[in-house]
Amino acid sequence: MGNDTKHSRRSFLGKSAVIAGTALAGAGVGGRAGAEPLPIPPTAQQPGRPIPATAYGTPSKFESHVVRRRTDVFVNRQNWSDWSMTPLQHQHGIVTPTGLIFERHHAGIPDIDPAMHKLVIHGLVKQPLVFSMSDLMRYPSVSKFHFLECSGNTLADWTKAASTTVQQTHGLLSCAQWTGLPVSWLLDEAGLGPGATWVLFEGADGSNHTRSIPLDKVMDDALLVYAQNGEMLRPEQGYPLRVFIPGWEGNVSVKWLRRIKVGDQPWHFRSETARYTDPMPDGKWRQFSFLMECKSVITRPSGGMKLERPGLHEIQGFAWSGRGRITAVDVSVDGGKNWQPATLEEPVIDKCLTRFRHRWSWDGRPAVIQSRAVDSTGYVQPTVPDIMKARAIAGFVQHHNGIFPWSVSASGEVRNAIA
Amino acid sequence: MRSRELVLAVAVALIVAACAAPTASRLPERPRVGFGQPISEADLAAWNIDVRTPDGLGLPPGRGTVAQGKAVYEAKCVACHGPEAKGGSMYGTMVGGIGSFKTNARVLTPGSMYPYAPILFDYVRRAMPMDRPLTMTADEVYAVAAYILHLNGLVPADAVMDQSSLPKVQMPNRDGFIPDDRPDTSAVRCMRDCK
Ligand code: HEC
Repeated sequence: MGNDTKHSRRSFLGKSAVIAGTALAGAGVGGRAGAEPLPIPPTAQQPGRPIPATAYGTPSKFESHVVRRRTDVFVNRQNWSDWSMTPLQHQHGIVTPTGLIFERHHAGIPDIDPAMHKLVIHGLVKQPLVFSMSDLMRYPSVSKFHFLECSGNTLADWTKAASTTVQQTHGLLSCAQWTGLPVSWLLDEAGLGPGATWVLFEGADGSNHTRSIPLDKVMDDALLVYAQNGEMLRPEQGYPLRVFIPGWEGNVSVKWLRRIKVGDQPWHFRSETARYTDPMPDGKWRQFSFLMECKSVITRPSGGMKLERPGLHEIQGFAWSGRGRITAVDVSVDGGKNWQPATLEEPVIDKCLTRFRHRWSWDGRPAVIQSRAVDSTGYVQPTVPDIMKARAIAGFVQHHNGIFPWSVSASGEVRNAIA
Repeated sequence: MRSRELVLAVAVALIVAACAAPTASRLPERPRVGFGQPISEADLAAWNIDVRTPDGLGLPPGRGTVAQGKAVYEAKCVACHGPEAKGGSMYGTMVGGIGSFKTNARVLTPGSMYPYAPILFDYVRRAMPMDRPLTMTADEVYAVAAYILHLNGLVPADAVMDQSSLPKVQMPNRDGFIPDDRPDTSAVRCMRDCK
């Protein structure tokens, strides 16, 4: 094989990797006359890179477009209290690769030495306690798969289409296996005092971020987490310690956790009054709206992609609910008039991303595709107009779990069709 | 035959019970060990910075005037928040917005949004100035809180803020909050000829 062939082959590979990110080829390509004979790929005729002495593996250089991105829809004036979003259109299973888990910080990412880190528990307890990281890691551990979603996920797209890709519309959503120990163990160890009903969690970051959480939830399923997806937390996920509150808005899973205080009422911090509250009719605000309700979205095909030709396209997406398990997902390809049940892929786990799939034969005509999830409480994902009847859609809106449509044009362009 | 049916029925009942059980039962039981070290409230005092904002419990001793607050603001805050807190390089306005919540352009500021004035003390102490959080004295925090409240028309120019006066400031949005009452939708799973 000559040098020329090698070069053209390389540039072809480069191009196809880019195309794979945005375009979806259709079926029916079999046995075309005049197809070029397949050359032997150059990688098959030479050794690859030798194994380095030590390394932390990274994705192929051809996957460099699969990265978190700060939003360019709602642009902050600084990047300490800011966020970055998960490329859901490139996520193939229910677990988000650790380096792609979305970020939301209020004062940047601290680098905390675990040997220096301490957690204290005090307030309405019989004996205030302090723990080092090695103390915490001596306890038996528990691992759980759970989604993590920011209350502001989808906030830019209610009444008009502001975002292009599903990364921008839904990328404040990720899923991981979290490892740690139940918070309840340590509260029992400290001994709850009379009147204990709320628990404060506080971080060691520059925002000293704080939230008040009802004790019942903490005792039910809150975890003190030090690892995710099999390795210690990443700095941007709270290294070396965070609380994880399954099914509730991400903001309450306080990162870089250093203090737990037990009280007999909520503290009403800025983060639970002026922020993380929902505008309601008549100038009111809904407060302590922790739960992330049942929601789903089609990730493929999704905004910014192109269907190359009619024929089979597997519609893929995620469904999740802070109230429990996903029991069904329906897909519509005619703008919500008719629906068909999609296939849920195992495992289907409580408060975890669930993958759904639906085989769609696109006839080449304009279509509007969308998904609708149902959870184990029987709650059915609403449309945006359903939500609007109950809430005031204005300003910085949180907890948008509405059905999200994508339009497909006759030429196969997929676009945000929220309104 | 009979007993096999019974075994089956019991097994099914157990499975159903397991599925219906609350989440906590699926977390493992607490081991009878404790690795925490006792600590006294006095030894963790530097960390004990929270203010219970409705009644101000946890506000430290100290005091500050509007005039002192203006000086603190101009030294430590103006670069990001702009003159008179009307918006700067890093953040939008922190004044005004009172009465805007019934319009479609709700303006969120400490004046319009905070139900309790001690929120201002708690938040500024723990998170501001953003480039050097948790470094101000209690006097400085009281003073700058007084200044921001004054800019919002909520305290007079001669106001002094301390442990007892700050919780007494009447905030316009005090009764603006309602508890979570979701689910607030009741969509149905229509499959054919919907809408
Ligand atoms: C380096 C820039 C910077 C400096 C300096 C700074 N701030 Fe801030 N401030 C911010 C940013 C950014 C936010 C928004 C943070 C967020 O919401 O997570 C903010 C938020 C606030 C808020 C919340 C406003 C609201 O509506 O709830 C208050 C109050 C505040 N700052 C007061 C101060 C005071 C007082 C000082 C000086 C002592 C100060 N800031 C100095 C950048 C700064």
